[in-house]
Amino acid sequence: MKRLFLLGLFVMATAITYAGGYRVSLQGQRSLAMGHTGVAMVDNAELAFFNPAGLVFLEDKINAAVGVSAVFSDVVWQNEEYGQMARTDSPVGTPFYAYFSYKLSDKFSVGLAAYTPYGSSVAWEKDWPGSHLVNDIELAAIYIQALGSYKINDNLSVGGGPIYVNGSVNFNRNLNRSLTDLEGNRSNVTIDASGVSAWGWSAGAMWSPVDSLRIGVNYRSEIIMDAENGDADFENIPNSPLTPFEDTTFNAELPLPAELTVGVSYQMNDQWTFAFDYNRTFWDVYESLDVDFANPNIPDSRNPRNYEDASIYRFGLQYIANETFTLRAGYYFDESPVQSGYFAPETPRNDSNNFTGGLSINVTDKVAIDASFLYSRFEEIDESYDYYQENGENVPFEGTYKSSAFVPGLGVTIKI
Amino acid sequence: MKNYFKYIAILALGIVSCEPELENSIEDEGFYSNGQADFSNYVALGNSLTAGYADGALYISGQENSYPNILAKKFAQTQETSGFTQPLMNDNVGGLLLGGNKIAEPRFVLSVGANGPRPGRLNATPTTEVGNKLEGPFNNMGVPGAKTYHLLAPGYGNVQGVASGMANPYYARFATSDNATVLADAMTLNPTFFSLWIGNNDVLGYATSGGTGTFQINNTDVATYGANDITDPNAFAFVYSQIVEELTANAEGVLLNIPNVTNIPYFNTIPNNALALDAATAANLTGFFQAVAGVMTQVLMQQGASAEQAQAIASQYAIQFNEGANRFLIDVPVSQTNPLGFRQMTEEELLLLTIDQSALAQGYGSVVLTQGVMEVLAVLQAGGQPTQQQVQTLFGAVSGIDDKDVLDSEEIQNIETATQAYNGAIAGIAQNFDLAMVDVNEIFRQALEGGIEFDGGLITAEFVTGGAFSLDGIHLTPRGNAVIANAIITAINAKYGAEVPKANLGEYGTVTLEQNVQ
Repeated sequence: MKRLFLLGLFVMATAITYAGGYRVSLQGQRSLAMGHTGVAMVDNAELAFFNPAGLVFLEDKINAAVGVSAVFSDVVWQNEEYGQMARTDSPVGTPFYAYFSYKLSDKFSVGLAAYTPYGSSVAWEKDWPGSHLVNDIELAAIYIQALGSYKINDNLSVGGGPIYVNGSVNFNRNLNRSLTDLEGNRSNVTIDASGVSAWGWSAGAMWSPVDSLRIGVNYRSEIIMDAENGDADFENIPNSPLTPFEDTTFNAELPLPAELTVGVSYQMNDQWTFAFDYNRTFWDVYESLDVDFANPNIPDSRNPRNYEDASIYRFGLQYIANETFTLRAGYYFDESPVQSGYFAPETPRNDSNNFTGGLSINVTDKVAIDASFLYSRFEEIDESYDYYQENGENVPFEGTYKSSAFVPGLGVTIKI
Repeated sequence: MKNYFKYIAILALGIVSCEPELENSIEDEGFYSNGQADFSNYVALGNSLTAGYADGALYISGQENSYPNILAKKFAQTQETSGFTQPLMNDNVGGLLLGGNKIAEPRFVLSVGANGPRPGRLNATPTTEVGNKLEGPFNNMGVPGAKTYHLLAPGYGNVQGVASGMANPYYARFATSDNATVLADAMTLNPTFFSLWIGNNDVLGYATSGGTGTFQINNTDVATYGANDITDPNAFAFVYSQIVEELTANAEGVLLNIPNVTNIPYFNTIPNNALALDAATAANLTGFFQAVAGVMTQVLMQQGASAEQAQAIASQYAIQFNEGANRFLIDVPVSQTNPLGFRQMTEEELLLLTIDQSALAQGYGSVVLTQGVMEVLAVLQAGGQPTQQQVQTLFGAVSGIDDKDVLDSEEIQNIETATQAYNGAIAGIAQNFDLAMVDVNEIFRQALEGGIEFDGGLITAEFVTGGAFSLDGIHLTPRGNAVIANAIITAINAKYGAEVPKANLGEYGTVTLEQNVQ
């Protein structure tokens, strides 16, 4: 048994889950370990995120799941023509989740959820060759959601609830490729906004035609984060009326796109369960990152993004080894919403193959420790961002990118 | 139990090595190549252009963007090198102190005044003291102001000689001894590769003085030359060849030839036809010069010339002015054929950037029409005979541009002759010593005539806005330096089978904006 466990762990070590754009798919250690499937799995309180319709199917009266991941994600870029190379030194991201559900009656459960499905933290070397596009960015959004889950009959349930989002952004880049002050320091701007809030919702349904098979669907609405009167801080600006950049405020919009998931889970026997999810993330809404500065002398910043809707295919396997150990493994293919020619180094994501694994250890009847990890494998890619302009001309920023992400995570599941 | 550790070790390794790696990383050995060249000890010799002098001064960020420094960074990507040192100034102000007294002005910056953007000297005090010796020698041995023969001149870096003009303040900062020569100092670094861009000042001093010096043709004794003289081409070739011979003892290298200095903004910014006239003023001026020609005819006849002779000579002063743009007048030596010593500029003649433009607006380069002059004109118009004094007043109203503010056709010819001869010598020496060569003359010509393309547009020789030349109109911007660095890389890659990556021109800046000017 020990050997099987170790072997399983090892095999899973070659897989990880992450997602395109600035979506961070790390909303439950058990689900993540199974390739971030879960729309049709009834296992623990992670359902609050994956499909609230399933909460009412949980056997215990009180269910809770909390966890946190550590995202080690880095990117290397090089341009052969000019002999340039740069690596991100991004801070470790720590997306978390906390889910709670309470069974009011056999037919109705309520819940509360907090999770961080969107975010990004990328830090390139200051003044690197792409610094006119980004030096560093820190994007965070916390979703807080109240949930209800209603069992229509023993085979069918629905669930959902309103979402409150609180987000923040901090983004620094140089004003262009060469502007400096008298001392040769590069002119740059930081935009910073926090406490940006917005509302959304999610809803799902779950159908179980036979005991061993569940089918789920879940939709999470699009939420537009509207940063108003954020701070724009201009630094190292030459003392000249030709560069009228002074600290001001800004407005900007960042969409957190809608996501539709459909999936199945099939319990093959007492030990083995298989799950498949299909995600569609409606990235099409992210056309452009526009920053409007309040000071009319400062030209607004238009940055075409032109994202397109993207699909993710997720596969997961669960093996209940014994009363104490449950092992999980998974894989997903994550299609990038970023189109060729729009490859901006603030979210340098191409398609990825993701391998996941993990296990749960039942410490007592009520408490289990959940561990997972994700390895995202990106192909090396020659790409460019073609829509940066200088003197009215598009100046492409080109190079070879390679990303990697490794995300270990730890959580606790409680059933009372 | 052992197995546990093994697996844990493998896992831990997986975590540690999660840094993404490219299949063909430019950091891999052999990605780029130095070919048959050895860049391990690169030394750059030259003048201000090599030193990173820009905006009329030497200052740190200019030095950091010198073409040799750009090159050295690219060289370092092809092989292990011993680094590249430069005698950095003390600040980004520029200018020099000698014994606490300012002997060189701060840099130019672009300020915006009532009449739009214009270069001005930064309002700050230089802090670089010539007497504070740096521990030389440096890989960048570019010495602002150096002519070719200065590289071989002992004492050129003697601080004691700076005040009297016998030594160079920039070299004095880092010469290894009072008697050192630039070349000998460079050789102590045991260069394995060198670049040599020298000779510009052998003709530039003449050009920027408006051709007030002498073309020392056939005088090979450089000790007799003045600062504004053109070095004799034979002397140039002899000295240049001597320098290259010494440098090539253990090194490969690249030679850069001399751009025709008349292609730089210093000589192409103030148009020679900037005399803009409305119809009435043009008619007045034409009338004035007809009067001058008429009076001159009389004067000449009084001096005994025949009417025909007198008219032939005096008619050159009946200059026709038209509404719109007109060329200025310049002073020329008084001669029998041009007794008044002025004439209108020809199309190819050039005005210097430093000319007093407000004076131009007030009649410098044409006529200063005072009340007295108007009275004389009235007398003439009435058919009266002007007095001797009135004639003097009339002729004296003509205000030709001084020799120091203009390059006339003869002077331009001298410059071209010398430049061609120098470049002929450089090409020959490059061939003799089997070295790479860069035709900078052609690059500057391109910048002037069509511009050099880059991903952010065009780099031209336009003053202030063109991107190639700094605010002194002579020296290069960081972007201009990058153009030179790339040309050198092209030449080296071709000559030595090397694969040195290039500089991305758009990442290099041009002119610096600042309002705090003198």
